[in-house]
Amino acid sequence: MSARLKMILGRVAQAIPVVMGVVVISFLLTRAMPGDPAAYFAGPAADEASIAEIREALGLDKPLFQQFFLYVGDLVRGDLGTSLTTGQTVMSDLAARLPASLELTLVALLLSCAIAIPLGVLAATRPGTWVDHMCRILVTAGVSMPTFFTGIVLIYVFYYLAGLAPSPLGRLDFIYLSPPHVTGFYLIDAALAGDWETWFGAFKQLILPAMTLALFTLAPIARMTRAAMLSALSSDFIRTARAAGLGSRKVLYGYAFRNALLPVVTTLGMVFSFTLGANVLVEKVFAWPGIGSYAVEALVVSDYAAVQGFVLAMALLFVALNLVIDIAYALIDPRIGLN
Amino acid sequence: MVDMTTSQPARKGDTTLGHIAYVLKDNPVTMLAFAMLALFLGCAFFGPALVPYDPLATNASRALEAPSWDHWFGTDSLGRDVFSRVIVATRLDLTISVAAVALSFVIGSILGSIAGYWGGWLDAVLNRFLDTIMAFPLFVLAMGVVAALGNTVENIIYATAIINIPFYARLVRAEVNIRRNAGFAQAAKLAGNSDLRVLAVHIFPNALPPMMVQVSLNLGWAILNAAGLSFIGLGVRPPTPEWGIMVAEGANFIVSGEWWLAVFPGLWLMLAVFTFNLLGDGLRDIVDPRKRT
Repeated sequence: MSARLKMILGRVAQAIPVVMGVVVISFLLTRAMPGDPAAYFAGPAADEASIAEIREALGLDKPLFQQFFLYVGDLVRGDLGTSLTTGQTVMSDLAARLPASLELTLVALLLSCAIAIPLGVLAATRPGTWVDHMCRILVTAGVSMPTFFTGIVLIYVFYYLAGLAPSPLGRLDFIYLSPPHVTGFYLIDAALAGDWETWFGAFKQLILPAMTLALFTLAPIARMTRAAMLSALSSDFIRTARAAGLGSRKVLYGYAFRNALLPVVTTLGMVFSFTLGANVLVEKVFAWPGIGSYAVEALVVSDYAAVQGFVLAMALLFVALNLVIDIAYALIDPRIGLN
Repeated sequence: MVDMTTSQPARKGDTTLGHIAYVLKDNPVTMLAFAMLALFLGCAFFGPALVPYDPLATNASRALEAPSWDHWFGTDSLGRDVFSRVIVATRLDLTISVAAVALSFVIGSILGSIAGYWGGWLDAVLNRFLDTIMAFPLFVLAMGVVAALGNTVENIIYATAIINIPFYARLVRAEVNIRRNAGFAQAAKLAGNSDLRVLAVHIFPNALPPMMVQVSLNLGWAILNAAGLSFIGLGVRPPTPEWGIMVAEGANFIVSGEWWLAVFPGLWLMLAVFTFNLLGDGLRDIVDPRKRT
């Protein structure tokens, strides 16, 4: 167990320079914005004196080095500036909208893992059959599909033609009241309140955007599962296990699958990167009130503080996710702490 | 991707061209990919001269018409011909992605070569820098860069280039690093060549084959990224025809059933990405037969 603990602590230590790098880049992005930030924050009606006053208040008259420390100080206090469009602090805006994005992303990833991993395992154990071919087609098509286009096609088929899905406008139809806020995840909140009608309403809104994201992430996960399973099945320890007379189920799931999971978990990190980016597009297509559509709205009206806050929040989220993935890797790796 | 069950080991003594012809003959999918590439390049070069309608000309009397013989892909809300717009947009979309990939190819090659050849603190600094870029969700970083630099087409190119640099730099670094002390590199050094010359003329060309594969796979991804950025309203501005922006405009009409506005540019975009992905897989078969899937 101590080897495992040491590995986890080492991994946490590795994340620290990355977080510092992320903060430096996001600081440079805020300072690179076009024009004079002070004039921008002062508004169009400001005169010279008020611009100078704002420059001093923002610390923009100080050297860049000192500005960086002011920026870090603000970050530590959770101050990402104020959004010009909503008038709220960027921090509170992001916090209010984050659960919507997380709910969508997590449901999509669960969905795509639930399809892609069995598909990859089946394709690897039955090479050359229709399962294998289907896996291959899905993987090739999946990497070529623009997410925003998949979403639009799904809306056309399931909303306009089939009439199965509700109108693609947000998390909950207006006939329902949003469930009492506990976690911000509508599915969990509605279930906690025992309001199954609302739960089903939220579920119906969620299914199309989640499918869109899941279709996008299916390809890399299925491809990796298939490749990892194939290499695990052809390795010596599987041959030994088979020769020793272990049942095929035990060999497949107890030995091959457990080892094949490791590279799959590693790819999940890359998949997250793509998912968080694709999230922005899917949220725009489905008018999903998450942080992605918040950033898009802010981009269109040049609300810099909101955009930079969003970029930083996403990067920190991604670093945290990668950390969790690597810790999960350490926990499932059968080579560590084997006795 | 490609059915390799019938392939035989290549005959000995084949020339490069012979090898390419051999792989292509064995692999009709790659041939198809080259044909599709030729189609897209044709559209990019000659498209604006060949299309039946002016992509910007509006015609209010024929707005929102379904596909017909007059208008193969239908017309949009202003009566513009969707087919002409889709074809004309090829040039802009390919230009953005080719320029972005070329930029990241050059910058990535330089950074990767330096880090791989000299190593030491340069290598350590570069690795930290690349790790930091990769610590961002890449599309989100591109959004941030465009927001910071300003909302123009050039900045879309820079943003797409920046998020692609790590892939090239890492590849070149690895390829250069394993050869920096190879016999031929030391011989070239002993013959009196400078470090820079050995690196540029003797070592770097070895990295080109895997780089070409990366370029092809990357082009598809770059097109998707650029189209995604313009889909959310960055870079290209209406009424310029561009696939991402056309899908975005068409999305408003999909709930009322006018599917052709979004579907045709989307399909065309998908086909372009698909072509480059197939091409990348085909090139990989030619360059590195061991990685065939």
